[in-house]
Amino acid sequence: MATEILMPALSPTMEEGTLAKWLVKEGDTVKSGDIMAEIETDKATMEFEAVDEGTIGKILIEEGTEGVKVNTAIAVLLEEGESADDIQSAAAPASAPEDEATAPKAAPAQAKAPEAPKADTSPDWPEGTEMETKTVREALNAAMAEEMRGDPSVFIMGEEVAEYQGAYKITQNLLDEFGGKRVIDTPITEHGFAGIGVGAAFGGLRPIVEFMTWNFGMQAIDQIINSAAKTLYMSGGQMGCPIVFRGPNGAAARVGAQHSQDYAAWYAQIPGLKVVQPYSAACAKGLLKQAIRDPNPVVFLENEILYGRSFEVPKLDDFTIPFGKAKIWREGSDVTIVSFGIGMTYALEAADKLAEDGISAEVIDLRTLRPLDYDTVIASVMKTNRCVTVEEGWPVASIGNHISATLMERAFDYLDAPVINCTGKDVPMPYAANLEKLALTSVDEVLDAVRQVTYR
Amino acid sequence: MAARKSTKKPNVSADELKTFYRDMLLIRRFEEKAGQLYGMGLIGGFCHLYIGQEAVVVGLEAAAEEGDKRITTYRDHGHMLACGMDPKGVMAELTGREGGYSRGKGGSMHMFSKEKHFYGGHGIVGANVPLGAGLAFADKYNENGRVTFTYFGDGAANQGQVYETFNMAALWDLPVIFVIENNQYAMGTSQKRSTSTPDIYTRGEAFGIPGEAVDGMDVLAVKEAGEKAVAHCRSGKGPYILEIKTYRYRGHSMSDPAKYRTREEVQKMRDEKDAIEHVRDLLLSGSHATEDDLKAIDKEIKEIVNASAEFAKESPVPTSEELWTDIYADVAPQNA
Repeated sequence: MATEILMPALSPTMEEGTLAKWLVKEGDTVKSGDIMAEIETDKATMEFEAVDEGTIGKILIEEGTEGVKVNTAIAVLLEEGESADDIQSAAAPASAPEDEATAPKAAPAQAKAPEAPKADTSPDWPEGTEMETKTVREALNAAMAEEMRGDPSVFIMGEEVAEYQGAYKITQNLLDEFGGKRVIDTPITEHGFAGIGVGAAFGGLRPIVEFMTWNFGMQAIDQIINSAAKTLYMSGGQMGCPIVFRGPNGAAARVGAQHSQDYAAWYAQIPGLKVVQPYSAACAKGLLKQAIRDPNPVVFLENEILYGRSFEVPKLDDFTIPFGKAKIWREGSDVTIVSFGIGMTYALEAADKLAEDGISAEVIDLRTLRPLDYDTVIASVMKTNRCVTVEEGWPVASIGNHISATLMERAFDYLDAPVINCTGKDVPMPYAANLEKLALTSVDEVLDAVRQVTYR
Repeated sequence: MAARKSTKKPNVSADELKTFYRDMLLIRRFEEKAGQLYGMGLIGGFCHLYIGQEAVVVGLEAAAEEGDKRITTYRDHGHMLACGMDPKGVMAELTGREGGYSRGKGGSMHMFSKEKHFYGGHGIVGANVPLGAGLAFADKYNENGRVTFTYFGDGAANQGQVYETFNMAALWDLPVIFVIENNQYAMGTSQKRSTSTPDIYTRGEAFGIPGEAVDGMDVLAVKEAGEKAVAHCRSGKGPYILEIKTYRYRGHSMSDPAKYRTREEVQKMRDEKDAIEHVRDLLLSGSHATEDDLKAIDKEIKEIVNASAEFAKESPVPTSEELWTDIYADVAPQNA
């Protein structure tokens, strides 16, 4: 059967082009790969190759013709044994079907009318549970050891995690208990070992990849986002990536610009990732155990300054804290202070001072930034009508910005004052002690913000 | 092509030769059809065709065993067909339809098959190399004797993470075969202009990884080299590098004006080195098949490819609900 040769789309954006030159004439035979014409696209002049074998029966579009729409018949190809007399108008060429599935449905969370959501205020562990004092470091270490005991496919890799016992001692004693097969020192090669970790997760293991700090993890950000976060979606649900990337995040003390950066807002933007930034030891433990069990890639942002802080941790053989559930550390009625990670130290200290002045602050620890517990924040703001957010990260496109925008969408009528974001300053971290202090947020800034939103 | 040429008489059965012919032809005809559908606007975005390189994947798949894994970059259609994935599902993914391997959400560069141990289809040049070593890491951890074929191009061979991976793969004796498909052009930049030394396989020497160059237009040579590499990996000796010298006839992607090489260079390759013609000659000259036998294969392939194109056109576009699925897994995936 005679086939029509159609004006091809030769780039992802081409809709029409110029048929610059014919390199074949009627009666010529062509085979696959022969150049038939030169076509000017929106980007370049391209050679147009034959796909099928045959004889050029008729040229329908003369060379030099401009504005030839994609899929217009430009010539007719005859198969063996056919003659030009066989040419007849073929059926209309196939075209891409109309894209009926266009309008993306709005995220359900944003479509709701502004009525008070129900916050999940259930306790993280049963009331009356015996407690013990542990540092965040001990809690993280215990979480990994417990999960490694329970699941032989869990292993940890990273720089100095094994023989050195961890640059910050988070992996202390794991090598002794689990051996070199499961506690693996890597070379200093973040991009490479993050990729190997992701591949191992594709291969059915449950890796914990420790970055000595998240600043070094930036070398691996392509593997975290492009490989770990997106593969489940790109594979239509076939390939999951159960992996935990963890390590200290944010400013430590006097280590300068390249070692002091909070990645909370960076990773919280990525669909496919779960993002955790714990404050207390109990939350660190329950959330890390949850992260190791989660079938998705988890970015677990710790903090060096918090590692040595002590908190009460439940004495339980096994407990986890679900993602997407904020914790109300302190109930209050005049203002809601929303924070996470080390930001909680400013928030809680400010709340104590505010109480002395007769201002009752409700303090919410988000704990996980993706999924984010919007309901707890909104329910609280509907009660207090005022909100201040606190974080050490930079101000532009911060977590606080996102909370503010969400409150404007979902609780606009309940706000009695603009939401204020207390953040790190919009500068690289300086080394000098006085400047470093200025670059971070502070209790005083939180106090000022609360006084502004409460008009006191 | 400074590649090794197999000089000895091919130690191969008529049936195997016919399988090679068939499998390579399937890839070529499939890719030609994909190019055609792209021209008709049925395939969008980037579309990187494998035409010319067919002997690489077909030869190496002949060296693989059930359960072995493979992972590659974005010029991936040939790998999928060679490992036995359904041409219909591959073509329907190219057209972005529900019947595609990723239900239309991956496209040409992002396709996977758990069943066939095909781990993608990755769009970032070089990023699949540590992923492949990670798959091999899991196999070694599980002590299952499997090997992973990790394919990448001469262009990717200049990415830093490749050498980070070489180091760890050698350090930990990972059962991974690094397959460098050297088609001589990193997009539009020739190897001479991008790569400081001509023989990329020697770059493993710095890490103690053995490697060799292979004539990638000779499927028998590829298979032989693949068997050697597989035996090395499976015996626990760690990684192996195969630099397979091949050639792509088509542009880097569909929108490549191809001004970086001459038409004559491409034609000379097609005329003198074509891998499919080579096997065709072996079949006919060795009296392993008649012209009619081969015509029958051609016809069968044409039907398979046409059926895949029909399926890819008829399969519905994904429902709008698909936008919101597969972002997070609810239960632990069983990948291995």
